[in-house]
Amino acid sequence: MEKQVVISGFGGQGVMLAGELLAEAGKEENKHVTFLPSYGPEMRGGTAYCDVIVSDENIASPVISFPEAAIILNLPSLTKFEPLMKKGGIIILNKTIIPQNVSRKDIQACEIDALNMAKELGNEKVTNLILLGAYVELEKTVSVDTLKKALKLFLTGRKEKLIPINEQALDAGVKAAKAYSSR
Amino acid sequence: MSEKILMKGAEALAESAIRAGCMAFFGYPITPQNETPEYFSRRMPQVGRVFLQAESEVAAINMVYGAACTGTRVITTSSSPGISLMQEGFSYIANSNVPCVVVNVMRGGPGLGDIAPAQGDYNQATKGGGNGDYHSIVIAPHTVQEAVDLMFDAFELADKYRIMVVMLVDGLMGQMMEPVEFREWVDVKKEAPDWATVGQGNRDHRNIITSLEILAEGLEKMNIALQKKYSEINQNEKRYEEYKMDDAEYGLTAFGTVARISKTVVDMARNKGIKLGLIRPVTVWPFPNEIYEKRREQVKSFFDVEMNEGQMLIDVRLAVEGKRPVFYYGRLGGVVPTAEEILGEIEKKIGGAK
Repeated sequence: MEKQVVISGFGGQGVMLAGELLAEAGKEENKHVTFLPSYGPEMRGGTAYCDVIVSDENIASPVISFPEAAIILNLPSLTKFEPLMKKGGIIILNKTIIPQNVSRKDIQACEIDALNMAKELGNEKVTNLILLGAYVELEKTVSVDTLKKALKLFLTGRKEKLIPINEQALDAGVKAAKAYSSR
Repeated sequence: MSEKILMKGAEALAESAIRAGCMAFFGYPITPQNETPEYFSRRMPQVGRVFLQAESEVAAINMVYGAACTGTRVITTSSSPGISLMQEGFSYIANSNVPCVVVNVMRGGPGLGDIAPAQGDYNQATKGGGNGDYHSIVIAPHTVQEAVDLMFDAFELADKYRIMVVMLVDGLMGQMMEPVEFREWVDVKKEAPDWATVGQGNRDHRNIITSLEILAEGLEKMNIALQKKYSEINQNEKRYEEYKMDDAEYGLTAFGTVARISKTVVDMARNKGIKLGLIRPVTVWPFPNEIYEKRREQVKSFFDVEMNEGQMLIDVRLAVEGKRPVFYYGRLGGVVPTAEEILGEIEKKIGGAK
């Protein structure tokens, strides 16, 4: 089984952290993983994105040309990736700041009021992990527990105190995805 | 083998060099490989080794040359325009018969170009670049794990033949993260080799390392010795990997990142009933021509795919010797071809024939 996801947003929205966390969790579960960040000049203020592949087999190309899943944090990312999505693919959308709907009828759109949910949790910076939590609930790429374990590798030192709120964000994402699935 | 660690390619390269016994790094920053020197700058002092940011690439390669003359394991890393600045040093190093490792994280060119992944320095690396009749061993890994493994081999080969070993990677491999496993640390030799310029000591003669020989007959002798070394390397050090070539009717060929994408192309083609396989040179100098000579009997045609205008294509065509068509597809300026696009090109060429 191979799962591919593109995570895309503004620089500063935690796109790379979410991707690295997912890759680390995949590695934790003894899977093959690749994490490929966009690294062009567009990282300054424009769209930053990364391709993450988690697989039971060796991964050939680390490049995702046509995503089967995408976590979209801002409008420019939706504009960029919606036309590229594979038929039957899924977009997990940060609805709070994206005023536009997913227009394609051949893909699923899981719209989450992620930024507002993050604010309710007390830190808007965890928007990325709410969406990541929703993604793993829907696609089962890795377990949420492994993601929580991986968090501890990233949030160390003075960032350690942020672990609980990030765990809550993942759980909130899972809950939102469950609500979406049972609608 | 140690535990698997998720690491950025550029950092994994530095860590593997350190574990392979690299005692000194000299370099000058350039995107997209700055994470490599950054990592060296942090780690080298921790393990009591040298990190030095030079004032330019010209200075850096001459510092490498100096360290190499003492038989010390030494490395520099740069990216295309920076590597161009180092060519004079490469040529001096070649005719001085000293070992070192150079990593070129290739970006789009020519000129200042861009910072996107490219393969436009194939000719420069494999056919010279500096002046005179010389070669370097050139290796082209296609995954971060392979780059890490080949780094150990690169230092071994450099020492064995007293030659510069170039590792050709690209921005994509430098920036991506993958889990890697490192080999055991190499014990650093305390004693300098007998040819090294480390002071006369108890020797009855002074060692002199130079690329200068003003008498033509003398310089010819040096050249003949170099050519003898190159033919020995040609005989012993060719490496390649084949992927699903056993029953292949069409042979795809590529190196580095494109070879990795090409494995996906092979799988996609086979799902459509096209018997495609991949020949992937691991050393691009010496070039593994024999495998093409063998497979040309079996396949209907070859497809060479590169992120340049078809530089390896020449070597492939020399190996195929006109016995089969060799088609080329490539993207330029830092554009990475997709697997879908490569397969589309192949299907266009072979038409309905499967």
